[in-house]
Amino acid sequence: MPVIKVNNLSKIFGKKTKEAQALLDEGYSKDEILEKTGCTVGVNRATFEVEEGEIFVIMGLSGSGKSTLVRLLNRLIEPTEGDVEIEGENLAKMGGEDLRKIRREKMSMVFQRFALFPFRTVLENAEFGLEIQGIEKEERSKKANTSLDLVGLKGYANQYPSQLSGGMQQRVGLARALANDPEVLLMDEAFSALDPLIRKDMQDELLDLQVKMRKTIIFITHDLDEALRIGDRIALMKDGSIVQVGSPEEILINPANDYVERFVEDVDRSKVLTAENIMKRPETVDIEKHGPRVALERMREQGLSSIYIIDRSRNLKGYVTADEAKRAKDDGIGDLNEILNKDMPTVDLSTSIHEIFNIIHDSPVPVAVTEDGKLRGIVVRGAVIAALADGNGVNEDATR
Amino acid sequence: MKMLLDNIPEIPMADWINYGVGWITDTFSFFFDPVKDGFGAVLDTSAEYLSIVPPIIIIILMALVAFFISGKKIALPIFAIIGLIFIQNQGLWEELMYTFTLVLYASLISVIVGIPLGILMSKSNLAENIIKPVLDFMQTMPAFVYLIPAVAFFGIGMVPGVFASFIFATPPVVRFTNLGIRQVSDELVEASEAFGATGNQKLFKVELPMAKKTIMAGVNQTVMLSLSMVVIASMIGAPGLGREVLSALQRADAGPGFVAGLGIVILAIIIDRVTQNLNKDK
Ligand SMILES: Nc1ncnc2c1ncn2[C@@H]1O[C@H](COP(=O)(O)OP(=O)(O)OP(=O)(O)O)[C@@H](O)[C@H]1O
Ligand SMILES: [Mg+2]
Repeated sequence: MPVIKVNNLSKIFGKKTKEAQALLDEGYSKDEILEKTGCTVGVNRATFEVEEGEIFVIMGLSGSGKSTLVRLLNRLIEPTEGDVEIEGENLAKMGGEDLRKIRREKMSMVFQRFALFPFRTVLENAEFGLEIQGIEKEERSKKANTSLDLVGLKGYANQYPSQLSGGMQQRVGLARALANDPEVLLMDEAFSALDPLIRKDMQDELLDLQVKMRKTIIFITHDLDEALRIGDRIALMKDGSIVQVGSPEEILINPANDYVERFVEDVDRSKVLTAENIMKRPETVDIEKHGPRVALERMREQGLSSIYIIDRSRNLKGYVTADEAKRAKDDGIGDLNEILNKDMPTVDLSTSIHEIFNIIHDSPVPVAVTEDGKLRGIVVRGAVIAALADGNGVNEDATR
Repeated sequence: MKMLLDNIPEIPMADWINYGVGWITDTFSFFFDPVKDGFGAVLDTSAEYLSIVPPIIIIILMALVAFFISGKKIALPIFAIIGLIFIQNQGLWEELMYTFTLVLYASLISVIVGIPLGILMSKSNLAENIIKPVLDFMQTMPAFVYLIPAVAFFGIGMVPGVFASFIFATPPVVRFTNLGIRQVSDELVEASEAFGATGNQKLFKVELPMAKKTIMAGVNQTVMLSLSMVVIASMIGAPGLGREVLSALQRADAGPGFVAGLGIVILAIIIDRVTQNLNKDK
């Protein structure tokens, strides 16, 4: 069930909103409407749903309405029209008391420039939401400390925000948001003010945290790389409208229109990268020497769920899965041939990652890279996405 | 053209105002009279008690306050000790106590009224549009002008002095409070709202702490203005250092006038530094 349902949500800044909305529906552009009515279109009839536990990225250029949209979700900005349902309750229509309750218990926000309170210590900042709820000092310190630990700020509780680096300040922002244990986390360009290295770290950390927490996260960014790295689904905005919603793959492969395509063009360095650039050394089992036991053991060691099988001269024979190897072992089967899957995705050294991308999309196992039938490497899904998101870095990694 | 202007009969503005002041005095005497008597008694008693305390105790107390408030530096306490001993030495101690009482109560009232007014102003553009011109009026009208209705309302003595000082000295703290709160960054206000803060929580947990420095700068100005009003208030019979200045002026006696003036300067510097230091981060 979706946690958030947004239906026909609009925000028009200015006085003549009715008139502006009418013009908008007739198909006038944002600029024309500004000229005719003096109103700015912030968000134009956005409709989408966000599933529980997913990271939903909203991406668009500056001024496309991302911040406005995310603020409509917790009604920091009053919608001109439309509905926002959080777990079935319509936020857009509720009274002040109910709205505060939702903000206190169900949604928290992380801000681009951190928005920490400079006169409060790190701990007191993290406690803020709990304090607002009227929770006892002792309990809120406990919860706030737990969430500071979670973001790696143990030991900084009594410092002031100004004593911390940007990355650490944003961790405080994150800890403050998590201390409430909200269902939904709204992050407005949360990492945009950080320098690129710290930014990558924070992205990774958010993904790690997400494995533990399974929050529903709405993440705003103007950066496609970031969107591809962390998004389960991505919504693209232009001039206040959502022009496409889809998985990173879908957005890359099937840009809905020119606008998306231009956005994605940036990533087209992917065309020059090939399998050779992003493959890694495969774990293999020699079918002539070993059986299911060894295969299983090797998979356990390396934490794999399947493994490629080769012969003595490295010719690719197929792959076995951990499940099947275990069953074979239990049944006392000694020959890998009996459980061998031969239906595997195979590409050449020179296959472009764009193509690999299409192949890997619905493949249960990594793609095998072969040369004259011999296994040279494997390509995992993550490497493709990362390469699409970030050509250079991966290049170096792969040739190391 | 000249003819035309001359043909407009003179508007009896002054008469109207006289009538208005008279009307207010009569109509609100039920309020003015008890204030005059009650508050007057409070002021007199406070000043008298302060005068009874041996000067040395007050000097030591002032030095200690100065020491701790200025972050344990010794410059200000030494200045306070020397300055206060000088005033005592010149036989102006009782006058100093009266002046101090006047300033204390006047600025206290200004702050107590001014800060909430500033908050109101920051929260509502309508309130800002109404209050701002009133503040301008209060600040630009020469102080002597409202000494007259002050006497009409409260007679002579300390009470009309406090009243005149209130009118003269309240605007800065109102303005600075308004400014301080309006200056709080949108993101911080948004953050407090996003966590579900009520209006009061937002005000007390975010806006006032953020605006504290600006507000304290306003308080400092208000205190200084009410001190400067004390000299003028002596014209309507408020006792204190100002009265010494005034009587020296009337006798064209430069020496005592200068000494009393020096006393005001010393008090001003001490009060200024102390209120400024309240504002610094410890
Ligand atoms: N309070 C406001 N009053 C009037 N217009 C506004 C207001 N806030 C935003 N807008 C306008 O609404 C549009 C969308 O702004 P928004 O801040 O949501 O964009 P954004 O996608 O977050 O951009 P950025 O990447 O620069 O943060 C812009 O044209 C902006 O000028
Ligand atoms: Mg924005």
